Amino acid sequence: MKWLGDGTVDRLRANMQVPDLTGTRYRAIRYVASGGMAAIWLAEDTALKRNVALKVLDAEDLPQLESRLLREAHILATLEHPGIVPVHDAGRLPDGRVFYCMKFVEGQRLDEFLTTVAALPDRLRLMLRIAEPVAFAHSRGIIHRDLKPENVMVGPFGEVLVMDWGLGKILNEHSTESSAAIASADEQQRTPAAASSTNHGTVLGTPGYMAPEQLRGEVESIDQRTDIYGLGVILSVMIGSPAGGRAARRHRPILAICAKAMHPDPNQRYPAVQALTADIADFLAGSPISAYAESPVERMARLFDRHRTAVLLIAAYLVMRLLFILFSRR
Amino acid sequence: MQRSRATETISAAYWKPIYKYVRLKWNLPAEDAQDFTQEFLLRLIEKEFLDSFDPGKARLRTFMRTCADRLFLKQVRDAHRQKRNGGNVIPLDFDEAEQEFARRSKPTSPEQYFERECVRHLLALAVERLRAKCESAGKVIHFEIFHEYDLDREAETPASYSTLAKKHQLATTEVTNYLAWARREFRACVLQQLREMSSSDEEFRQEAKAILGINPK
Repeated sequence: MKWLGDGTVDRLRANMQVPDLTGTRYRAIRYVASGGMAAIWLAEDTALKRNVALKVLDAEDLPQLESRLLREAHILATLEHPGIVPVHDAGRLPDGRVFYCMKFVEGQRLDEFLTTVAALPDRLRLMLRIAEPVAFAHSRGIIHRDLKPENVMVGPFGEVLVMDWGLGKILNEHSTESSAAIASADEQQRTPAAASSTNHGTVLGTPGYMAPEQLRGEVESIDQRTDIYGLGVILSVMIGSPAGGRAARRHRPILAICAKAMHPDPNQRYPAVQALTADIADFLAGSPISAYAESPVERMARLFDRHRTAVLLIAAYLVMRLLFILFSRR
Repeated sequence: MQRSRATETISAAYWKPIYKYVRLKWNLPAEDAQDFTQEFLLRLIEKEFLDSFDPGKARLRTFMRTCADRLFLKQVRDAHRQKRNGGNVIPLDFDEAEQEFARRSKPTSPEQYFERECVRHLLALAVERLRAKCESAGKVIHFEIFHEYDLDREAETPASYSTLAKKHQLATTEVTNYLAWARREFRACVLQQLREMSSSDEEFRQEAKAILGINPK
């Protein structure tokens, strides 16, 4: 039997990962990343002369994973939105592996990008843009189920993309037998072990980011409010832990927004993404928000913040007027 | 999938790693390691081990290594090792295994060494499968190109496609296609080997991930 040296073993293993693109329009350029049972490759679409990303299953002949990957492609194809990466193609490679082709997104993951954005208002405006594609997906009856900072990309021109719809769920999915079968397969895979990490195989969320109903495996309770929980988690990561004093006091409303979005009881959360974003927008505009009942002092402080220039001008005018009266009486 | 159908494949895939492992870990002399490997395989074939294997708790190769450790300790406890096979000997090429054992390079733990040898032996078996497949399909030249380009490569820079094309009197594009075919078939051979050794889709998935799930360069 042929002796295989260490270098040969490593090379053979690496070669087996490379997708077989023989006879396709794609040419592999380099490996990008992997998670679970699929890898992302940067490839050239030789027909259109552009770079694309190929998501390829690591092994063939795994019907459940194949269904999941193809369903992810189907979901992406359904969701045509600037905040969702477009899918171009899907199918099976000559080596039998299922793949889909999508736009190659260059940029930073949100958790990395946040290190370059310090101001709270800027972060909140970013949050509003993250919520947009999620709201759009909900309007199409699709929920993401794995929202977390690592699944948000910020492109070089500031474009925001919500990635990794591999755990996406089509709500009220009764239209086709095959989709029902996929949903059934999903639920069969709901095991404690399956919830240990993010991948495209058997997990249905990421511990630490999953809503309580998701952790408990309450399939019937999972709906758009599950994603609102995920958005709440992202928001809490974005605002961080404010220092004490005035900054902390000013953060109270936004912390209340987080708390409401991440309420353990789905019925106590925002009913829709639009309600969440409305509160964030109101906070940015200095208006009262639905998630927080402010005290009279806080109301005054907020109004002062909102109308700071006008208040300062009026105050300056009054001081000047007072000084004028005092000096004119002497 | 039935585990009973896989016993022979599992034996073929694991005898060499087990032999080398006990040579390294327990420092057994070659002859004792051969006896031990024979004993281990007989128990494996009689399904003493596999009947208690639960894929949900451990991977097969970890389970096999644990079984080997347990069997060794049991034999030490029993003090006298009696061959249960009554002289039945499974034909295994221990000379080859011993030569390979002598070629081990980097110092590593016995467990890591066992893991590495499992992968090495699995790939070597897949190479043999591919060779047989190519011969029966009349595609010997495909295998030769694969052999020269992927297996016999010592230097970082392999012989170019054009060099191979010249050597085998082929067009360069044919070399590309032949190599792609051979690699595709080799991958299929590895996965077929894994599937035969697995008792469920989940186990197959985990093993495939363990073998294939490395980040390519």
